[in-house]
Amino acid sequence: MGKFIFHRVLQTIPVIILVAFFSFAIIELAPGDVLMHYIQPNMTNEEIELLREELGLNDGLFEKFFGWAKSVLSGNLGYSQINHRSVAVQIAERIPATVGLMGASLLLSIVVSVPLGLLCGTHKNRPIDQIVSTLSYVGISVPSFWLGMVLIIVFSQMLDLLPSMGMRTLGVDSVWDVIQHGILPTIVLSTGNTAVFTRYIRASTIAQLEEEYVDTARAKGASPRRIVYGHVMKNCLLPIITLIGLNLSNLVTGSFIVESVFSWPGMGTLGMSAINARDYPVIMGFTMMSCLMLILGNLIADILYGVCDPRIKQGVGSDAD
Amino acid sequence: MRTETPYTPEDFQFVRENQAPDDRSYARSPLQNLKQSFRANPMAKAALFLLLLLLLSALLAPLSPYDPYELDPQNKLALPSAQHPFGTDDMGRDYLTRALYGGRVSLVVGLFSVCISTTVGTLYGTVSGYIGGRVDIYMMRLIDIVVSVPGFLLIVVINTFFTPSILTLVLVIGMFTWQGVARITRAETLSLKKRDFVLAARALGVGHLRIIVRHIVPNLVNQILVAASVSVANAIMLESSLSFLGYGISVPMASWGGMLQNAQTYILDRPLMAVFPGIFILLTILSLNILSDMLRDALNPKLNQ
Repeated sequence: MGKFIFHRVLQTIPVIILVAFFSFAIIELAPGDVLMHYIQPNMTNEEIELLREELGLNDGLFEKFFGWAKSVLSGNLGYSQINHRSVAVQIAERIPATVGLMGASLLLSIVVSVPLGLLCGTHKNRPIDQIVSTLSYVGISVPSFWLGMVLIIVFSQMLDLLPSMGMRTLGVDSVWDVIQHGILPTIVLSTGNTAVFTRYIRASTIAQLEEEYVDTARAKGASPRRIVYGHVMKNCLLPIITLIGLNLSNLVTGSFIVESVFSWPGMGTLGMSAINARDYPVIMGFTMMSCLMLILGNLIADILYGVCDPRIKQGVGSDAD
Repeated sequence: MRTETPYTPEDFQFVRENQAPDDRSYARSPLQNLKQSFRANPMAKAALFLLLLLLLSALLAPLSPYDPYELDPQNKLALPSAQHPFGTDDMGRDYLTRALYGGRVSLVVGLFSVCISTTVGTLYGTVSGYIGGRVDIYMMRLIDIVVSVPGFLLIVVINTFFTPSILTLVLVIGMFTWQGVARITRAETLSLKKRDFVLAARALGVGHLRIIVRHIVPNLVNQILVAASVSVANAIMLESSLSFLGYGISVPMASWGGMLQNAQTYILDRPLMAVFPGIFILLTILSLNILSDMLRDALNPKLNQ
């Protein structure tokens, strides 16, 4: 098992280097001279040249990259060109909101899709299955930003039940307030994944019900309920881990779009405003953190899958040379 | 006429292991199959009808009596009426006309970016699968790496370096969405290249590239078609998300996502402005998804024995 995790962690290293290089390229390719931010009106040309040398702007591309990588590894992502605050601090402030939103929506997707998928799989082609399957088509096809707007119109404006933007009411500091603000964004972000998971669980339930162990269980007199919840469900749940890993990218992207619809103060809104203001250090930090989040998520999903499924462990053990 | 055998083992280096049994069997031809499942599927009929209607209305958009760019401030934010079925926007432009022109952007970007991604993906996948071995491992590893980076984010960041136009949108979306097609075609090429007809072509002296283009790709048309039909839906979703966030086509050109972004400002007074373009996006993607599902079921040789 340790060997499997070690291999999997090793595999992420080239990905991280590539992401780092891409983020670095954003800064390098960015129009404008970094020096502009340091030059004072009364500096002489010699002083400017000295500054250029000190800042390492005369170094070669690789020297620059390694210098930059070193400062990133020590936690320094640079400073915003707009408000001159540390990029690392700004991102750290925003991460809880984004991760909270993603976690809540993932949880909601699983809680809704597992029972629905099992229900559809065990009632194949009956009315309930047809209704849910049609709904899941719509769930996959609906653009999240539009769904968000429609929910705002219905629940915030017409029914006046839930707040339409932000994470907190000004002056109110309670968990309940944050939850109320989070309900609509969570629902919108979870819709696509719920639909995908439901379809997947439905299909794998149908496939599992045709397996021989189901016949055996039936022959032993197990009740249909026991077969579905005791045997079939277990085998359907495992692939969901992989499915979550595959859909993480959509979750990250989706959360940025949803944040922008609901003005949720997460990484997405930070990144979007940085992109609009051409604030390159923040764009770079935002890109890198989003990619790292995705890579880490995939890593966790893969390791979890390996922990849950003994076949994976053995497979890797025999492959290792 | 040649009498001696001019072949060396190297000539067959990519195609020599001929052990894979042919696991395809068609009870009917794929086309017949497609026709049959289309007839039996009312959803697919409705989806095709809708899609053709959307295509036609986008094509015929210039027939509208209104100009999509002409400002008419006296008529701004009008409610739906006989003259303006969808009302007008904040500059008095006819909303239905704008929506039809927006459809042109979405459909053009969707179709053309998929042409690029399908071509790139097929080329990459078939070459990787055909050569096999170490090269294949590295080429596939590269895809794993590319996939583990959020593509949408990269597209947004790259777009900040360009002035977005239809061309840049098509290019950027096309260049970032080819991995799925590459994986599918690579897997199929791995089994195809061991078939007798490839071996025969090789024995007749046909070049590797020609084998890929003339013998392997034609056998992949079904899979490529299915993958491409899914990609069109994804590309249209991508384009409208980009436009919604303000990184798509620039104003005053109309796009569904851009119209929705604008509608956000007026969500309190004119919620209907947010409804119409969204329904257009939803219906387009829904029909494409339904059709691609039907296509996949009908063209999958393993499902119709």
